[in-house]
Amino acid sequence: MTTTPTVMAPSESSAQAAPLHPFKDFWRYFSANRGALGGLVIVATVLLLAAFANVVAPYNPDLTDNTVFLVPPAWANGGSSAHLLGTDAIGRDILSRLIHGARLSLSIGIAVVAISVLVGTTLGLLAGYFRGVFEIAVMRIMDIILTLPSLLLAIVIVAILGPGLMNAMLAVAIVVLPHYVRITRAAVISETSRDYVTAARMGGAGHWRIMFSEVLPNCTAPLIVQASLGISTAILDAAALGFLGLGAQPPSPEWGTMLADAREFVLRAWWVVTFPGLAILITVLAFNLLGDGLRDALDPKLKR
Amino acid sequence: MLRFLFTRLSLIIPTFFGMTLVAFFLIRLVPGDPIETLAGERGIDAERHAALLKEYGLDRPVIVQYGIYIAKVLQGDLGKSVITQTKVMSEFAALFPATIELALCAILFALLIGIPAGIIAAVKRNSILDHGVMGVSLTGYSMPIFWWGLLLILLFSVQLDLTPVSGRIAVQYFIEPVTGFLLIDTLLAHDTDAFWSAASHLILPTIVLGTNPLAVIARMTRSAMLEVLGEDYIRTARAKGLSSFSIVAVHALRNALIPVITVIGLQVGVLFTGAILTETIFSWPGVGKWLIEAISRRDYPVLQGGMLLLGAVVMAVNLLVDVAYGIINPRIRHQK
Repeated sequence: MTTTPTVMAPSESSAQAAPLHPFKDFWRYFSANRGALGGLVIVATVLLLAAFANVVAPYNPDLTDNTVFLVPPAWANGGSSAHLLGTDAIGRDILSRLIHGARLSLSIGIAVVAISVLVGTTLGLLAGYFRGVFEIAVMRIMDIILTLPSLLLAIVIVAILGPGLMNAMLAVAIVVLPHYVRITRAAVISETSRDYVTAARMGGAGHWRIMFSEVLPNCTAPLIVQASLGISTAILDAAALGFLGLGAQPPSPEWGTMLADAREFVLRAWWVVTFPGLAILITVLAFNLLGDGLRDALDPKLKR
Repeated sequence: MLRFLFTRLSLIIPTFFGMTLVAFFLIRLVPGDPIETLAGERGIDAERHAALLKEYGLDRPVIVQYGIYIAKVLQGDLGKSVITQTKVMSEFAALFPATIELALCAILFALLIGIPAGIIAAVKRNSILDHGVMGVSLTGYSMPIFWWGLLLILLFSVQLDLTPVSGRIAVQYFIEPVTGFLLIDTLLAHDTDAFWSAASHLILPTIVLGTNPLAVIARMTRSAMLEVLGEDYIRTARAKGLSSFSIVAVHALRNALIPVITVIGLQVGVLFTGAILTETIFSWPGVGKWLIEAISRRDYPVLQGGMLLLGAVVMAVNLLVDVAYGIINPRIRHQK
């Protein structure tokens, strides 16, 4: 019970004259969470690696070298320091491929979330604001998408559009869309009954103004949380599609696609299989830690 | 109760029809018409093409085609596989028990480990145990299960030679399908060797498919337990001098399990998604592997029918969970 005053403090302070800048307030909560900080550091590292892949990666990711087939990692028997994480079946440097793959995986994650946030927020905003037949229609469609097993729907969409990175991204974006629509709609419905919205309406603000400059900014916290958690889902789903041969196509160094290539060497070369998966796991884990931290810091109800 | 059932059903019917619309129109987005797809790269002459269009009813207006499709679906006719020419429905029915057997084992595995782990984490809040359970659970939640499967094969099948790599049962056993569940059928046939073979084939796929639900259930159990443990009646129970064990096991757990049951219902879709990947890795002869193979063979009726059937199963399970929840909790039943 002693936590109640601290629960109330941030929301009161942001409503009245703020003693702490909202960002500082947010950072105070966020930085107290060691897991979230760890996640942030890893995400930042992966981002930097992806941005400077050309400089950091020791080799060209597509460079095949027929003198070094399936060389084990540097520390293993028969490994060489020239290829820290070893080479794959056609002599490509695994470390370089992973670093370049980070570009793909991060772009997929960010692009998917961008598409679904943009479309989902708009649909949710319209549905929650205007209600009526439009809302019913939109929410029914979202129910249908949610009912179908997510990967199955994504697979069917990709099977129809044809395999490839762009189509895989589109498919994953469609599959995760309902989460954003639902969150936005729920937030909009609770916001539109607030006094400030009535005040804006009395002040003569039109629908668009109320929706986009009054209501929407007040619905962003749950969306930010969902988006950061959504990046991890998007990376996982896109990697799964790549693994099934429906995402990015070889020789692209996308992590899931690398795993699909590596499957047949599982008996002979553990490193070809181990590292791409580890890269996926670490990145997804980092985004989940980050998302959990953001949720705790942004959601006043959960603040301790 | 009847009214509650009725509202739930009336929500489901439009969703089902919506799903048939999705299944029907998605397939029509395939470039070229189905006859061209059937003909493949060999091509087809115009006359034969027109005749086949007529034969399959594809020359009629789309709305009529959809009407015919719906009428057939309602009679359980989902068309034939383009490749094998067997009915989609009977192929599904033959393969589905394998998926169900795997999914049931996976959810059982997730419950048997996830619930105790969640309880321990909640009771020993902020201890090393709690952090350990939550860390492992977040890792499980972030796990790319297709990689996890390969790792387990690498460790248990290749390095330690403990478990088989793929399939449902060793090839030397032939078990007459009665229930379709090999664990039961082998026992019915009084073949213990075959039973152990089937069980050993199940271990790794169960772990792989159960990992994500396990993580979700452990997290959910922990947070539900934490909430319940803060309630007044727990304090009362403690004040009465009850042992910690009976407080946790009798008073807290029962109430904490309600949200967990809902989560289990929601895991059905996750399980089917996971089954597609798990079955592909372990060559498990279920509907997931069947659907993936249908894609590479461009077998659109299978894809369309399989999607509709799996969606219907998910819907049915969600309905059951809803109803069960309504029976347990009157507040749900009576809310509008």
